[in-house]
Amino acid sequence: MKDLLFKRFIQLIMVAWGVGTLTFILMRSLPGDMAYRLAASRYGQDNFDSSTAELIRHELKLDQSAWSAYFSWLGDLLQLNLGNSMVSDLPVMDTLSHMLGHSLLLAGVGMIIAILLAFPLGLWAAKYGGWADRLTLLFSTSVRALPVFVIGVLLILVFSLELELLPVAGFGTPAHLILPSLALAISLAAVSSRIIRNEAKRVFNSSFFEFAQIKGLSTRKAFQRHGWRNLLVPVIAFFAIQLITVVEGVVMIESLFSWPGIGHGLAHAIFARDIPIIQGAALLMGIMFVVLNTLVDIISYYLDPRIKQEFSE
Amino acid sequence: MSFKKMHAAFASLIIFFASNMYADTPTSSNTIKVNAAFEFNSIDPSVSGYLYTRMQVLETLVDVNADGNLTAGLATSWTTSDDGLTWSINLRPDVVFHNGQKMTVKDVISSLKVAKRKQGPLKSAPIDSILAGDQGELVISLTKPYKVLPAALAHYSTSILPAKSYSFDDKLTELVGTGPYKMYEFKPPHKLVVEKFDQYWGQVASVPFASYLTGHRAEARVLQARSGQADIVFGLDPAAAPMLARSNRVEIIQSKLPRTLVLKVNAAHPFLKEVQARQALSLAIERKGISMAVLRTPDSATTQLLPSSMSNWFIPNAPKVDKDLDQARALLKEIGWEENSDGILQRDGQPFALHLITYADRPELTTVATALQAQWKKLGVDLKVDITNSSAIPAGHQDGTLNLALIARNYGFIVDPLLTLIKDFGQESGGDWGSMNWHNPQIQVALKGLVNENNPDRYRATAQAFAEAVATELPVIPIASYTQQTSVNKRIEGFRFDPFERNFYLNKITIK
Repeated sequence: MKDLLFKRFIQLIMVAWGVGTLTFILMRSLPGDMAYRLAASRYGQDNFDSSTAELIRHELKLDQSAWSAYFSWLGDLLQLNLGNSMVSDLPVMDTLSHMLGHSLLLAGVGMIIAILLAFPLGLWAAKYGGWADRLTLLFSTSVRALPVFVIGVLLILVFSLELELLPVAGFGTPAHLILPSLALAISLAAVSSRIIRNEAKRVFNSSFFEFAQIKGLSTRKAFQRHGWRNLLVPVIAFFAIQLITVVEGVVMIESLFSWPGIGHGLAHAIFARDIPIIQGAALLMGIMFVVLNTLVDIISYYLDPRIKQEFSE
Repeated sequence: MSFKKMHAAFASLIIFFASNMYADTPTSSNTIKVNAAFEFNSIDPSVSGYLYTRMQVLETLVDVNADGNLTAGLATSWTTSDDGLTWSINLRPDVVFHNGQKMTVKDVISSLKVAKRKQGPLKSAPIDSILAGDQGELVISLTKPYKVLPAALAHYSTSILPAKSYSFDDKLTELVGTGPYKMYEFKPPHKLVVEKFDQYWGQVASVPFASYLTGHRAEARVLQARSGQADIVFGLDPAAAPMLARSNRVEIIQSKLPRTLVLKVNAAHPFLKEVQARQALSLAIERKGISMAVLRTPDSATTQLLPSSMSNWFIPNAPKVDKDLDQARALLKEIGWEENSDGILQRDGQPFALHLITYADRPELTTVATALQAQWKKLGVDLKVDITNSSAIPAGHQDGTLNLALIARNYGFIVDPLLTLIKDFGQESGGDWGSMNWHNPQIQVALKGLVNENNPDRYRATAQAFAEAVATELPVIPIASYTQQTSVNKRIEGFRFDPFERNFYLNKITIK
């Protein structure tokens, strides 16, 4: 266990440095004058011109060499200082924690609803096969074929306009969380229910499951004692990967529901060339990836005795 | 753990988490809910001040009425000396900041000095000093006469804040204003909630709270209006407005804005330097079609830069320019363009090919750009359209690489359009958002001279001459004016639209 955590810690430091450096190089190599981009984003199209761009170039010392900018970022990072946004001048950490907090809330609740939807659907399809399987396959394929944005609009039409139960967009009350997380969950469950179905089917058809039943356990008992663990190891790894893509990639849901998440914030920061925000966001997401992987490792460590053995050898 | 237990545990966890995170929020019955497309990202008035004056947190010395006339704001009156070099501004007494402190001339001086050092119209004003007078009035001394100073003082970047709100390096530490609403919740870039301020010097608001939510997507804004979850929704998609108007919940208000859709032209480009070429391109534009099909406001087609509401700058009986392809072809033939076998015009072996850039911030720009591409193709002009960031336009102007750019220019950004016009057209090199290499020194000098012109007749004559010159020489090609579509929920009363987009007049609104 100690080995596992130490390995992940080294990985964490490498990821932080690597992701930050890579974003820095990528952002510097994008075409277009950064000072103009920043001026347009900070002051808006009606209120900026080339003199504003020069003002910003001077204020933010954009004419310094790439090396000195890179080393000053690295120096700040070592002191755990992510700097200030070049557009809003607010501390990157405050901006990111606001956005990441909302993204994690949306992703977390979306994930929980997705799990509550996907497990019954997947297990049902695996256990009964035939029509049940085909019906869930139809659900999965049709939902996957729809952009998540359309699912969102459909939910708004039903729950906000027709039934007038929930708000269309915004944030700040629990009610605001329901529609975006439901839209997200439906789209996630479409895939994860199939993964669960496949894994459950693998377990149901395995020789160890058959053996458990032969030795006298009921299907229910056999599943509780031997099925769950075997099914969960790959499924948890899949959910972890899905959670990361959800946190960074729900731009459409966030814009539709005016949700202040990191996907939307990052897209805007890239348009504006707001390098500190981009680097900070990439860094936090990189760290999250490692932390999440570590959590998955720890859960798998306890779920799967084979991993314990591997580490003890 | 059984499934049922797991469900219950998850549900209670969510409710616990959510209810702890969101306590004490204003309710829908005591809040005016506003929704529009623009984001805000700072408390600094020079950056996002447009939102804080609209939400009535910040106020300026000078106000503007719907006709564009300057009225008293935090200043009650202003006079200028005979030589035009000294302005005396009397401040409103008994104005209290949201922190309970009384507004003093020291606060006003500090705010204006900071505004002068930051982005905004004061930056380029010829100000020598800003001091307090003997009677407690404000005295601004200039290095040369500057008639438009009061108009500059109506701009959001000149909002008045307590002197101690700024740190030594001009950074604003907290947003404390004088308006009828004060800050309650600040969640950039999406949400702002303001609370009524009972010690306001003017009409105290009757609705306790007002909220602003950024609605990025036009579809989401329409749905917000339709569901009644937003009371006032600005910037409705013109295509969706008629559908929304059928709902018995909202009223749609159409208001003309001093914003014009124009083509910025590089008059030094070898194909665009002759005035006939620019006239031909203008004649080949189907303005009515664009205003009907894209902007959905049939009377918005225009060939003039400024709207009729800015009467000095509007030619009242100008002949209507309709699409005339034959005349356009004849003009181009005059300057040597002949059609080749592919239907493209050619001169000295070179095809008439141009490059147009525009930006995606306003969805109609992309559609209009592609409409121009199709319309000019009929004339034999091969137009390439590039959708980019708005910053590419000033950058292309500065490095001289720009051919054409399609822009939506706001001439009411500073109440008196003169300052914007001087910036855009006042010099031969032009302005980032105006002409480019347009040579008409007589008009350009006269335009700049208007900042000192006190005689209204002479002012109007020069303004008219400028409008004529733009209409005939086409340093930019106007296409259509803008109409703002706003939906207002019938549960609120007293809504007023400000064409200069400075104020939402929330304190005049009541909830039925």
